Amino acid sequence: MTEDKYLKLVKENTLKENTLKNTFISFLSGGVLGLMAEALTNIYMKILYLEESSALTLMTITFIFIAVILTGLGSFDDLVKKYRFGLLIPITGFASSVASSLMDYKNEGTITGLGANMFKLAGAVILYGIVSAFLLALIKGVFYG
Amino acid sequence: MASIRFNNIYLGKSVSISSNDEKIFTKRTIKDYYNGEKTFEEAEEKQERIIIDDMLKSINLDLIIGADLSNQIAITSKTMANYNIPFLGIYNACASYPEGIIIASKLLDSKIKNIGVIVSSHNKTAEKSYRYPIEYGSLRKKCETYTLTSSVISQITKSKSNIKIESCTIGKVVDYNFVDVKNIGAVMAPSAASTLITHLKDLKRDISYYDLVITGDLGKIGSKLFEEILLENDITLQNYIDAGSMIITDENLSLMGGSGPVCLPLFLTEKIIKQNKYKHILIIGTGSLHNVSMVNSKRSVPSISHIVSLEVLN
Repeated sequence: MTEDKYLKLVKENTLKENTLKNTFISFLSGGVLGLMAEALTNIYMKILYLEESSALTLMTITFIFIAVILTGLGSFDDLVKKYRFGLLIPITGFASSVASSLMDYKNEGTITGLGANMFKLAGAVILYGIVSAFLLALIKGVFYG
Repeated sequence: MASIRFNNIYLGKSVSISSNDEKIFTKRTIKDYYNGEKTFEEAEEKQERIIIDDMLKSINLDLIIGADLSNQIAITSKTMANYNIPFLGIYNACASYPEGIIIASKLLDSKIKNIGVIVSSHNKTAEKSYRYPIEYGSLRKKCETYTLTSSVISQITKSKSNIKIESCTIGKVVDYNFVDVKNIGAVMAPSAASTLITHLKDLKRDISYYDLVITGDLGKIGSKLFEEILLENDITLQNYIDAGSMIITDENLSLMGGSGPVCLPLFLTEKIIKQNKYKHILIIGTGSLHNVSMVNSKRSVPSISHIVSLEVLN
């Protein structure tokens, strides 16, 4: 059998991922998470009498804390299976990627294990986050002063 | 020629251990992934030690040939440090069990009378070396398989038992320019078909000679592709089972089935041989020969399959 023919056969037989359904679920779960964050910020502002910027920081910390605890308890990946990318794109996904790497390498020492592998997945987010922030700032500086 | 016929080589006692994921009954069961140890690696070593100890109670092994899925097969090597037995570490991914049998069958002589072939895998150590961190919620594709948490050791011997190792075919590395390693069944199906075609040609046999053909871990897609390729070469499989898809049936774990070098021996020794229904059994171990760096640089994934033909004597 030729390579092309085989690749075609594989394509015919492989189960299709349900992209539309996954996108819809991610959109909803991400939206609900955003709504919860907004509500939490308002609660912090009303109950703790915080300024908006402090309330936002505290809200982010709360979500990071919850995501890390859930990763540690082993249920974050089950939640992602259910609610898809809506949980991975926000800060919760970033927190879980760091926490899960730390859990994997905790036996390999504080430098060679934890230190070297902590940002195994999150490193890409940091790098390209900084690069795109730099480019956007450059565009803003040049065109809008 | 890559096919060899054997005389007076037998598959003796086999001991296996498996976890609750596998839908195959073994006497020894792992209750959780840690198995009372601190790390997953130590848990896999313990699982290997349990079956080797069990085997050594009744049989004196002169040599052990072993394989697992950890980097540099460190887990089996570390296990072997506990025993005063010569050791050969081999690696052909999930085709390691037939590879071990083939090497063992050629090494048996007047001095080396009993060889143990051990294969092992642990879902979490394999995930760690091939995929994302374990607790990270990476989403799995529908075509992905689930690595077993299980180990099997088999005795290859010259003293007569009721299962004869009759012949074997050593496979060639096949590369079909296929990149998606997650669809692992599609990576391995061409090599399984290629080795089977060579086997039948070398030994001048028709596929109807075999009462049962078992592949290791092609999964549901892979086994369908395997049959399609064979059909194109005018070979129709009558009685064919893919071990991996019979062992992992929980759809929450994988829609495709199980994978790992243990699929084939676990299903063969715990189910097929115990059924005592078939006379000529052909086992095809299928292995995908990739590592993380090869996958990340988007190079095509090669695969290999080895065949061992077994004859059940009465």
